[in-house]
Amino acid sequence: MRKSEPGSASRVGERLIGALLFTSGALSIVATVGIVVVLLTESLGFFAEVSPVEFLAGTRWSPDLVPRSFGILPLVNGTLLVAAGSALIALPVGLATAIYLSEFASIRTKRTVKPALEILAGIPTVVYGYFAVTLVTPVLRTLFPEVGVFSAASAAIVVGIMILPMVSSLSEDALSAVPGSLREAAYGVGATRFEVATRIVVPAGLPGIAASFILAISRAIAETIVVTLAAGATPGMTLDLLRSIQTMTAYIVQVSLGDAPSGSIEYRTLFAVGLLLFLITLALNLLSQRMTTRFRESFR
Amino acid sequence: MNPGALRGGRFDTRLEARRRAGVRFMWLCRLAVAFGVASLVVLLVSLAADGLPALSFEFLASYPSRFPERAGIRSAILGSAWMLALVAVMSFPLGVGAALYLEEYAPTNRFTTLLKTNIANLASVPSIVYGILGLAVFVRFLALERSLLAGAATLSLLVLPIVNIAAREAIRAVPDSLREAAYALGATRWQAIRHHVLPAAMPGILSGTILGLSRAGGETAPLLVIGALTFIAFDPLSPMDPFTALPIQIFNWTTDPRGEFHALAAGAIVVLLGVLLMMNAAAILIRNRFER
Repeated sequence: MRKSEPGSASRVGERLIGALLFTSGALSIVATVGIVVVLLTESLGFFAEVSPVEFLAGTRWSPDLVPRSFGILPLVNGTLLVAAGSALIALPVGLATAIYLSEFASIRTKRTVKPALEILAGIPTVVYGYFAVTLVTPVLRTLFPEVGVFSAASAAIVVGIMILPMVSSLSEDALSAVPGSLREAAYGVGATRFEVATRIVVPAGLPGIAASFILAISRAIAETIVVTLAAGATPGMTLDLLRSIQTMTAYIVQVSLGDAPSGSIEYRTLFAVGLLLFLITLALNLLSQRMTTRFRESFR
Repeated sequence: MNPGALRGGRFDTRLEARRRAGVRFMWLCRLAVAFGVASLVVLLVSLAADGLPALSFEFLASYPSRFPERAGIRSAILGSAWMLALVAVMSFPLGVGAALYLEEYAPTNRFTTLLKTNIANLASVPSIVYGILGLAVFVRFLALERSLLAGAATLSLLVLPIVNIAAREAIRAVPDSLREAAYALGATRWQAIRHHVLPAAMPGILSGTILGLSRAGGETAPLLVIGALTFIAFDPLSPMDPFTALPIQIFNWTTDPRGEFHALAAGAIVVLLGVLLMMNAAAILIRNRFER
């Protein structure tokens, strides 16, 4: 039993291992600091040349055409347009799916539907992008002849399908966490299954449902490949889903596909746009986390 | 009997109307479920229809080409394989190490809470932001250029929180009695972990790692940002070589306006999805096998 001897060599080894494990834990802080430092330093260079007011309030985005203009609102407009369109599909359909799975479905239906939705959730975004380009866009173009090769609608539909499993599975978790006693009390005073589902379970699970909605919207805002492939590269202030737009993420891809040299203003726009994207998604994720904690506490 | 006849007095239950509203609502919900399932079916069927005819030995063994009939995914498959191996080598020890620290060593204090919230937030940072980080740090600052190593390091940062969270769950599920039994026999902390906690948690850790790797295998955006969209018609032989990967090749062919290349993209998607689904199935199998 030599192994268990508490010799000084093994004590040194123990401390070394502890230090190593601590280092790998601390690496996550390094990653976060890295993201913030990288985004901030290059953005500062950008804001030395472009005023933050012009960046945040300007309505013309044309970083490579003279006269140059760095108003990010058209990109934000594109991002929000696609996110809103996809939410229009994913939120109601996802919530209805969650209600069905948690309140109505037989165990057998649950066992087939849930894995199917999990597969949908595991499909890479580039596959969804292919789906948008080769299937959804042609269908849209037959229905609406004015639609071009790129449209916000095509991206919104496909992103909606992409974030649907996230809404349904997280909302279902929230509904299933509502204590059975609440349902039984409602049945006890004569409520129907429909009334129990919509007037008791859904309101009780609302913070969890809201958390899933916010997370899904954050995911839609961060989505890159589908919007690059299907929505195009035409930044503009429009609410017309049938037109080509450009999102913040698609712009980042566009710049990185070109060969922008380090230190150029074009290279720096990448970080300024990235910083805004990072802040928006971070705010949404924190909000969603707060909702989830509050939800958990309400049933303790 | 007319159900309306039952109405009267204060007990206006309108049961029939309420029941009908319920049935209508249930069908609406069924429609929603059908939408999700139908989307999956349409996606898989159209992919199979477009992609299966493109599959052939030549397709798997050829390099990309300007001519659709000669183009293949050899360099993309090799690039993805290299990428997954490198990501595994980097993210597994770091992710599991951090998980062991947080679950077995870390004191309950502010710093530990900070670490945990930080990791949870890193897991939801948009993948394209990791691409920007990789571009600035690995490609430019460390001058790794557009190498496999730069790509793998970027993707490792992306999957580290996933591996870490899965590993922590697996380690937390190991009963304390195992640790206490080891300590009672005089084991040091590391000996208890090395010989008892880790083996017991390994199935969960492995399945989480495989799921993280399958995420890395399908990622496109970070690789695009670090500049991996290039024409690669040779085998990558070292981590410092430039590379392409399956998602990049699919992206490239999907952007091609010529329809012939869409069929190639579908073929590559069938290969990619086949590999990813097998990895996911393996992860589930490992978990079920060892879970009681």
